[in-house]
Amino acid sequence: MKNTEMNMLEIKNLHARVDGREILKGIDLSVKAGEVHAIMGPNGSGKSTLAAVLSGRDGYEVTEGTVEYMGKNLLDLAADTRAREGVFLAFQYPVELPGVNNLYFLRAAVNAGRRHRGEPELDAGQFLKAVRKTLKLLDLREDLLNRAVNVGFSGGEKKRNEIFQMALLEPKLAILDETDSGLDIDALRQVSEGVNKLRTPDRAFVLITHYQRLLDYIVPDVVHVLAGGRIVRSGDKSLALELEKTGYASVNAA
Amino acid sequence: MSATAREVVAAADVYKYGFVTDIESDSAPIGLDESTVRFISAKKGEPEWLLEWRLECFRAWLKMPTPDWTKLKIEPIDYQASTYYSAPKTTPKYQSLDEVDPELLKTYEKLGIPLHERAALAGVAVDAVFDSVSVATTFKGELAKMGVIFCSFGEAVREHPDLVREYLGSVVPTTDNFFAALNSAVFSDGSFVYIPKGVRCPMELSTYFRINAANSGQFERTLIIADEGSHVSYLEGCTAPMRDENQLHAAVVELVALKDATIKYSTVQNWYPGDAEGKGGIYNFVTKRGECRGDNAKISWTQVETGSAVTWKYPSCVLTGDNSVGEFFSVALTNHYQQADTGTKMIHIGKNTKSTIISKGISAGRGQNTYRGLVKVLPKAAGARNTTRCDSLLIGDRCGAHTVPYIDVYNRSARVEHEATTSKISEDQMFYCVQRGLSPDDALSLIVNGFAKEVLKELPMEFAVEAQKLLAVSLEGSVG
Repeated sequence: MKNTEMNMLEIKNLHARVDGREILKGIDLSVKAGEVHAIMGPNGSGKSTLAAVLSGRDGYEVTEGTVEYMGKNLLDLAADTRAREGVFLAFQYPVELPGVNNLYFLRAAVNAGRRHRGEPELDAGQFLKAVRKTLKLLDLREDLLNRAVNVGFSGGEKKRNEIFQMALLEPKLAILDETDSGLDIDALRQVSEGVNKLRTPDRAFVLITHYQRLLDYIVPDVVHVLAGGRIVRSGDKSLALELEKTGYASVNAA
Repeated sequence: MSATAREVVAAADVYKYGFVTDIESDSAPIGLDESTVRFISAKKGEPEWLLEWRLECFRAWLKMPTPDWTKLKIEPIDYQASTYYSAPKTTPKYQSLDEVDPELLKTYEKLGIPLHERAALAGVAVDAVFDSVSVATTFKGELAKMGVIFCSFGEAVREHPDLVREYLGSVVPTTDNFFAALNSAVFSDGSFVYIPKGVRCPMELSTYFRINAANSGQFERTLIIADEGSHVSYLEGCTAPMRDENQLHAAVVELVALKDATIKYSTVQNWYPGDAEGKGGIYNFVTKRGECRGDNAKISWTQVETGSAVTWKYPSCVLTGDNSVGEFFSVALTNHYQQADTGTKMIHIGKNTKSTIISKGISAGRGQNTYRGLVKVLPKAAGARNTTRCDSLLIGDRCGAHTVPYIDVYNRSARVEHEATTSKISEDQMFYCVQRGLSPDDALSLIVNGFAKEVLKELPMEFAVEAQKLLAVSLEGSVG
C-alpha cells in the first residue's frame, strides 16, 4: 500500500558541519514509502555525511535546515531512538565486535525495537524461527550466526550480514552507504537480490553509491546527483547511465 | 541517568551510622599488639599451637615493610587505629525488606539476586524469609556421606586439628608478605574444605554460603585440601554490592591439590568501591595461592573483580608435581577512582608443567588497572609451558591500563609465550550498536562482555550470568 500523500522523509535546506567544515550546503530531498532513491556523486561530495547525519552519528553538527521523518523531527531523536523508530543504516565498513555473538547481538537489537513499539520481546526460540526464515529468504549460510559480529568475515560476508540485519530489524527507512564498495560481481548480485526481496510498499530505500553498476541490480525510482554538498540534479534511472558515460565532471559544470 | 551501583551502595552506606550504637559487640580494644593476638585466640578457644603460630606471624609482621612495589596510590594505613576482633553481629538491622533502601533493592534486582538472598544481604532478619541453617544442614549431611568436610575455619580447628595443623601455612609461609603475615596473626574466621581421596565433590561449594560469607569479617582465612584423585569447585564472593564497615581487608586463601586432584576456585568480588569521587571504599589486599603438590594435579583460578577502592591480589599456582597444570582467568574492572593491581604467579617446578594466564582488564572513568604477573620456570622444570594473554580495554580518556609481566626461565626446554593488547572501545563500535537500536549503556555492556567472554565462560553457569550483569551495572553511565 503506497502512501502517496505524505513523504516518509522530508529534508529541507540541510546544512551540516564536521570539524567546523561545512560539508552539506543545503540538501533538499523527499522520499515516499515504497520508493528507492539513489544518491550518487563524486568522492567528497557529502554522500556519507548525509547518511551519518540522518542516522544521528556524533560529531556532525546540523547548522541549518530540517529533517522530518514519519511526521517527526528526526534531528530531535537520539541515534538509538531513530533506529528503533525504523531508520536503518547499512554501514560502508561494518564494525567488528569481538566476543559478541552475532545472534545474541541481533536479538538484543530486535527486542530493543519491539520494546520501543510496545510489542512483547521474542524469546530465543521465537527469534531463531524468525532468523531461519530470513536466512532462507536471503539464501545465507547459517554458520554466520554463531560467529562474533563481523569478526573474521570476508568483505562480502560483512555486507550480507548488514542486509541480514536489515531484514530482521524490518526498518521503514533503509539507508545503504556504499554497500557495493569492495564487492566482487557475485557478491554484489547476492546483496542486491537481498535488497530487492526486502522492497515493500511501506519501506523506503536510500542507496548511496559511487558507481552505477549497483543500479543495474537495484533499480531506483529516482536518482540524485550530489556535488559540493548539494543535490545538483535529479532524474530517473537513465540519469545514472548518462553519468556513467559523461562522468561527474559534466554534472558539476551543469 | 539511572543510579549506578556505586551510588546505590554509597546511599546504603549512609545508613550504617544509624544502627551502629545499638549493636552489642564483643570487640577487642582498638590497636594491635601481642595482647590483641592473644585476645583473638582466646575468644576463639584455640589450642596453644595455633596461638604460638599466630604470635610467630605477628612478630614477623612487625619487622616487615609495607609493600611499595605496586602502582597503587594509597594513603598510609594506621594499623593501630582499628579493632581487630568483633564478634559476629546477630542483631538484624531491619525487620523487613520494606525498611531497606529501595535503590539498593533495585540493584539486587538488576543483578538477578534471588529474593531470599536479597533480604540477607540487605541485613534483614532472615529467619522468616530463608532458613539458612536448615539448608546448611541438608548440604552438610549430603557432603558428610561422601566424607567431604566443609565448615568454618574455627570449627575445623576444633574438629579436625590434625588436618589444619598439617596444611595451614604450608602454601603461604608465615613470612610470605606483609598482608599475609597480618592475616595470619589476627584472622577471625573463614572456610575449610577437605575432599577425601578419589571423591568428586557433588556440588559447587558455597553457593548458599554467599550469605554467611558476608559476616566472615575482614581477615578471612580459607584452606582447601583436595586429596589424591579428588575434584572440587569452590565459589567465593557475591555479585551483590556488599556493605562493610571495615576498610581494610586482608584475606589469605591456601589451596593444596595432591596427586591427580583438581581444584577450581571462582571468585566474584564486588566490595564497596568508594563513591564517584574516590572517597571511602574497601582496600582489598588478598594473598591467594595454590600448590599442585602431586603429579597431574590441577588448580584453576577464575576471578571477576569489580569492587573495592584498591585491589591487590595475585592468585598463584606453585606447580610442584610433574605434569601439573595451573590456570588463571581474570576480569578486573576499575571505574571512577578505583585501582587494581592484580595478576598471578605461575611457578613451574615439576617436569612438563603447564600454565595458562588470560587476563582482561577494563578501565573506565579514572580507574587504573595493572596486570602484574610472574612466570617462573625453575631448572628442573623440563618441558614446562606457559601461555599468557593480557588484554586491556579502555573506556574514555582518563583511565589507565598497565601490563607488568615478569618472565624468569632457568630451563632451556621451557616454552613461554606472552601476548598483550590494549584497545579502546571505539566510537565506531558504539555507534554500530546504537544504530541497531541498543541504548549506549546496553551497547557498552555488550562490547565489554564480549571482551571478557573468554574468562566469563570459565565461571560456573549461574555465576557467569550474574557476573555479566555485574559488569553492566558497574559501567552504567560511563558513556553518553
